Amino acid sequence: MATFIAPAEPGTTTTGLSSHQDPSAHRRGRRGGRRIGSHVLLVILAIYFVIPIWWLFVAATKDTPGLFSSPAFWFDGNFALFENIAGLFAQQGGIYWRWLANSFIYAFAGGIGATILAILAGYGFAKYRFRGRSALFTIILGSVMVPLTALVIPTFILLSQYGIINTPWAVILPSLLSPFGVYLMRVYTQDAVPDEMLEAARIDGAGEIRTFFQVALPLLRPAIVTVLLLSVVGTWNNFFLPLAVLTNEQLLPVTVGLNRWTALSNAGAGGEQVWNLITTGSFISVLPLLLSFLFLQRYWQGGLALGSLK
Amino acid sequence: MTATATITAPAGRAPRERRSKLDARHQRWGWLYVSPFLVVFALFLIFPLFYAFGMSLFTTGLATGTQFSGIGNYVKAFTDPLFLEGLLRVAAFAIVMIPAQLIVALVAALVLDSLVSWLSKASRLLIFAPYAIPVVIGALMWSFLYSPRFGPAGTFFELLGLPAPDFLAAGTVFYSLVNIVTWQWSGYYMIVIYAALRSIDPAIYEAARIDGANGLQTALRIKIPMISSSMVMVITFALIGTLQFFTEPVVLRNIAQGAIDAAYTPNMYAYSLAFSYSQFNYASTIAFSLGILVFAGSFVFLFLTRKQSGLK
Repeated sequence: MATFIAPAEPGTTTTGLSSHQDPSAHRRGRRGGRRIGSHVLLVILAIYFVIPIWWLFVAATKDTPGLFSSPAFWFDGNFALFENIAGLFAQQGGIYWRWLANSFIYAFAGGIGATILAILAGYGFAKYRFRGRSALFTIILGSVMVPLTALVIPTFILLSQYGIINTPWAVILPSLLSPFGVYLMRVYTQDAVPDEMLEAARIDGAGEIRTFFQVALPLLRPAIVTVLLLSVVGTWNNFFLPLAVLTNEQLLPVTVGLNRWTALSNAGAGGEQVWNLITTGSFISVLPLLLSFLFLQRYWQGGLALGSLK
Repeated sequence: MTATATITAPAGRAPRERRSKLDARHQRWGWLYVSPFLVVFALFLIFPLFYAFGMSLFTTGLATGTQFSGIGNYVKAFTDPLFLEGLLRVAAFAIVMIPAQLIVALVAALVLDSLVSWLSKASRLLIFAPYAIPVVIGALMWSFLYSPRFGPAGTFFELLGLPAPDFLAAGTVFYSLVNIVTWQWSGYYMIVIYAALRSIDPAIYEAARIDGANGLQTALRIKIPMISSSMVMVITFALIGTLQFFTEPVVLRNIAQGAIDAAYTPNMYAYSLAFSYSQFNYASTIAFSLGILVFAGSFVFLFLTRKQSGLK
């Protein structure tokens, strides 16, 4: 049990979510020559990690002949980004935008749902002593090691028996499962929500639900953002599950859809070659997450490491 | 905890009533908070797991219908060269890929930790960027870059006067896949390790400096041992991810059918058994066997590293 009183400031609890800018950091890397060497190394690493993304941006501005003929990492004479976007609206009745919308719906429904379940379960495990608590938690912790892809095929068979195969539910419902999220929320709740505060709220006459919403929930905000981010990214990324449970083209998420276009374009003979639409479609589909990570830096930088410091 | 509270009768009457009221509240509300997750857990983890096991005990033949076959499917699986080759292949991926990701992440995190500049902040963001890209899109991008038709390799090696390597040949595609995964995940692991480094008390470095330790010694003898629990977590995640390798080889197979067959990894094999050949019983056997092996593998790893991770 948490024996210390967590400070009101949520950024400074022991779980290490603070951005932690200590002044002595200046002293650490003072020696000049080594600093230059370290910076050169960093720049080389950064180039390696960014160059494929740069390529994707450049490729999105080319038409299909341009993709074959122009230098890979620089623009072609013909700036075709807007034509390509128009092409995405025209191809198969603009199905690409449907795929993108599907991805959003699946990621948010699955991610928000998984986060709500994790907050409730984490709070229950951390703050209530009920029979079977430790046995249950051990099972859930152990299940983090069960590879979720091993469950795809049995899940497919089960869902098809219930007749919800080929519906959005077939992707959303299994995405609600996030044992790791429960683990993170429990660890964080234990330290960030002091028992004394809950007790004080109860003595003041607040019911269990009110105590949860008004006392505990505000203290959990940093962990909630982290779990939400991880589960939205997880569902957005998912490929195996939608590939298995969806066959209706209108329901595909953008990942499966673009892979299908690639397979068709590669098949060559008879198949339509839509390379320019694949590159532009990929580029547009990565923008929302890239931009959210850029603007939400404050939240994920410490948060993604949550749980490893325990 | 709860059991002792209910069984032992306290001396006074009033405290007992209070205690049991408190206890009942804990029972009721505890279960209430946990139950929504438990429903999902039971429906989409426990039940499919048992269902897969159940399916794996039966065989469906065209003439014979569905028959109980006991461990027959498991005997078949563990003597099936396609499954065994896939297992060996993901084991080889684990041996090459996990150290590659770990070294890149660790070096980047250690360098970042020793610098305070806008350049280091920007690099941190850029190295992390691939995490924000879906695995399918990442693999698609690399498959364009590897492709002899679009890729920059031809132009680049022409400048050097060398023949361009074929990234998608049977012998090289393994390393092409290693590169994709390293590119995709190292940044995430770097952030985890970096955050752990930031939580070390800087007074320790000061003490080491006074004792005459240089930067490298501080990194090897102080920083790395102090973040071992994060390293164990990173390796466990990487291990679980690698053994269920699926998305990247499936995407790369679009352009490298010759080098990547349908049974390249155990997960791909299970997928093609189920969806190309409708052998759901045997596919469940493969999926369940893989699940057990991954679980056992990560369990053994966590057991061996329990000292480093602080897990009991």
